[in-house]
Amino acid sequence: MFQLTPQDWTAILLSLRIATVATAVSLPFGIGIAVLLARKDFWGKTLVDAVVYLPLVLPPVVTGYLLLITLGRRAPVGAFLADHFGIVFAFRWTGAVISCGVMAFPLMVRAIRLSIEAIDRRLEDAASTLGANPFWSFVTITLPLALPGVIAGAMLAFARALGEFGATITFVSNIPGETQTISAAIYTLTQVPGGDVAALQLVIVAVIISLAALVASELLARRATARLHGG
Amino acid sequence: MVVEMLTVDVEKQLGELSLHAAFESASGATALFGPSGAGKTSVINMIAGLLRPDRGCIALNGEVLFDDTAGINVPAWKRRIGTVFQEGRLFPHMSVRHNLDYGRWASGHAAGAKAFAHVVDLLDIGHLLDRRPGKLSGGERQRVAVGRALLMQPRLLLLDEPLASLDAARKADILPYLERLRDESGVPMIYVSHDAGEVRRIASRVVRLEAGRVMAMGGVELLA
Repeated sequence: MFQLTPQDWTAILLSLRIATVATAVSLPFGIGIAVLLARKDFWGKTLVDAVVYLPLVLPPVVTGYLLLITLGRRAPVGAFLADHFGIVFAFRWTGAVISCGVMAFPLMVRAIRLSIEAIDRRLEDAASTLGANPFWSFVTITLPLALPGVIAGAMLAFARALGEFGATITFVSNIPGETQTISAAIYTLTQVPGGDVAALQLVIVAVIISLAALVASELLARRATARLHGG
Repeated sequence: MVVEMLTVDVEKQLGELSLHAAFESASGATALFGPSGAGKTSVINMIAGLLRPDRGCIALNGEVLFDDTAGINVPAWKRRIGTVFQEGRLFPHMSVRHNLDYGRWASGHAAGAKAFAHVVDLLDIGHLLDRRPGKLSGGERQRVAVGRALLMQPRLLLLDEPLASLDAARKADILPYLERLRDESGVPMIYVSHDAGEVRRIASRVVRLEAGRVMAMGGVELLA
């Protein structure tokens, strides 16, 4: 008897919303950074590279804590945003978007960067001899050819954001209806006596969503690749 | 009739090869002839704006495209010099039609529908328009590449060993198209090759390049 409570549904929908928004918001930045790292040589590139990949190697709790002491209510950046723009991340679902986005960012950048590095740059040269300025050649040549990588990066990021736990709970806590994602809800259920069955149900939901995301990304990437090669 | 005129005087260190090429070309087809490794492709890339010379200047019809002392380096996309590369470099994610139209979208130097039809007819590629480059033979690919470069209304056409990747029979198929192109389009051409037979059919003027230096300039008698 599989019976999801309204609280379960709240957590599921919130997780989906947070992961979707985190992926959508970070995608333009992910593409930008990936292009920068794949194509440009500049002073401090190694440092930028390291900082982008940092969330992948840091304990998530550390990332969450770093977000808390920069974007928290009383933290310098957080206070500035709250006072001047009325933007508050602490203990809000938008804060969860930030932590999920940050945690997912390295995976997204890596997938997109690899696909951009695999593109034959001589095609871009050919576009420039045909009168395409750098922006136009990026939009019409580079981006379409990198599309399978962009899709893979977005889907990886979505899956990572969906599963995010440590950084999120550290940064925005575990508030039902505001910041309690599936992961946090499962964690909460395992802490109360008799919560095992309810936790298991959410586990099943998490597995289904993740599998669906993976299958969808695989199908999309395959279609994009086929289109590139004249399907 | 205005005589189109290209003047090139460029230097560049390319690994072991120190390239110093100076020559001029007028209307019609000029061949850049020489053995592999002489620096022909590098010269073409410098004229196209894809490779920056260390020193020197490049001018087309009186417009300076590159001059290091004056700090001028017009980017490739503003030069309006059509280039046909050895490997074609068609865009794999676009149909032949979109490849041909690319210059029109990108540069805004619109070749009208009439010019499109003319080029398609000239190169006999009408039956290929809806195909992807991946499904073309080597010879078809190069004809499309030539058409794509022509349709951007170039002031000069650079052909960098356009037949090198083809077998003898294919070469023989395509040469007549290039001859027609030279005679009918009126666009001056620089034709790069190491094949004397090919050059003899296409070009009336020859610039002989060896080990990065221009050894001789003149008529086809230099091919011997």
